[in-house]
Amino acid sequence: MKYLDEYRDEKVAKNIVNEIRRIVTRPWVLMEVCGGQTHTIVKYGIDYLLPSEIELVHGPGCPVCVTSLEMIDKAHAIARQPDVIFCSFGDMLRVPGSEVDLLILKSRGVDVRIVYSPIDCLKIAKANPDKKVVFFAIGFETTAPANAMSVWLAKEQGIKNFSILVSHVLVPPAMSSILQSPMNRVQGFLGPGHVCAVMGYREYEPISARYKVPIVITGFEPMDLLEGTLMTVRQLEAGKAEVENQYARVITREGNTVAQNLVNKVFEVCDRKWRGIGSIPKSGYKLRYEFREHDAERLFEVEEIDTQESSLCISGLVLRGVKKPRDCAAFGKECTTEHPLGATMVSAEGACAAYYAYGRHLQSQKTTVAADFSRPTEAEVTQ
Amino acid sequence: MCLAIPGRVTEVFEVQNVKMGKANFGGIVKRVCLQYTPEVKIGEYVLVHVGFAISTVDEEEAARTYKLLEEMNQLTELSVPEVDTGTNDAKKE
Repeated sequence: MKYLDEYRDEKVAKNIVNEIRRIVTRPWVLMEVCGGQTHTIVKYGIDYLLPSEIELVHGPGCPVCVTSLEMIDKAHAIARQPDVIFCSFGDMLRVPGSEVDLLILKSRGVDVRIVYSPIDCLKIAKANPDKKVVFFAIGFETTAPANAMSVWLAKEQGIKNFSILVSHVLVPPAMSSILQSPMNRVQGFLGPGHVCAVMGYREYEPISARYKVPIVITGFEPMDLLEGTLMTVRQLEAGKAEVENQYARVITREGNTVAQNLVNKVFEVCDRKWRGIGSIPKSGYKLRYEFREHDAERLFEVEEIDTQESSLCISGLVLRGVKKPRDCAAFGKECTTEHPLGATMVSAEGACAAYYAYGRHLQSQKTTVAADFSRPTEAEVTQ
Repeated sequence: MCLAIPGRVTEVFEVQNVKMGKANFGGIVKRVCLQYTPEVKIGEYVLVHVGFAISTVDEEEAARTYKLLEEMNQLTELSVPEVDTGTNDAKKE
């Protein structure tokens, strides 16, 4: 059965690639927004399968990557306080702040716990009434319903020793920011599938209309990304700029309205600083005033922290699709997944980390490996 | 990190007015909050992100997505143990 699937997929993939080749008449730059999509593209060499006219650049959709250094340092300062149990998703554990990461703090005896779900923190809080339980609430719109529910339930159930350190980011304002930049190269977007599972895709329609770019909401599988690319190129070649839904088997235009309702009750939109990019207006969530008793930023007095990013790192340009990982002189040299210098190398879903993990620092710029998507082990380098 | 993992709902129950349940992810059973998919029933499939079902999917979609995530080593978050009950946790302290 496995081989049949792969055979079928290979034929479908070839057909899609041939169709893109047939219709493309000039170069186009497309951005996939989500870090999960970047990971699939690099792992399966999707970009190598496409005709040379199509360039894929990698977007800012990795929440771990774009969490600001100041926020990470703030998290560390809170975690170090006595009587605090600091909870986080595993993804954040190895992300370096100015001095250390959460794993190092844990090894030094700081009570840092990895949780699968923010809702687990409520159990920890109930079991440890004499401790302050703080959850590092990072993520895009996909994660917001979970984090919102944890705070909603804490308020409902009177769990006063639970708070969250909010570093939520939103996709549409980041896309607008990319498109507004004079350096912008992006002509079409593969939109973020699971973000839209929650939010739907209505809010992408004004962006598509205003900046005249096609936005095709796309899934995470190799076939999805190829099909999303075909749909985007079709629009570009026809001079269209619309929002289309490649991922219709999961996504509706309205999204999950039950989840949206709770998110809107708990969070409100605020300006947010993105690592590598800087502040983007109205690009994040913060807790509403009614939930201030669960807002770690209000509860813990943390002094303003001065941070400095590496002067070698060009992650801000990578996140906006202006540059690619291999355009950076430090990529794979001073900057590796073991010793990341900036945003796009700190998490597996960052573009630089994905390129590094799949050995692209070892390939020459001009290499165009004839990628075989059915065998997804292209030049994997064991770290 | 925005990836959601498909699982089959095996139990549905309520905890303090919140719809909860259990879902089976290729053999690993985990507690899942079903409050955002109020219509879901036992035997159906949901896309789960950090312990919350955010969408329902059909069986074929679930199977294919699961296979891909497995291939991409994107299922490691399932191995993070759940916090048991408050009392057990207190005992561990």
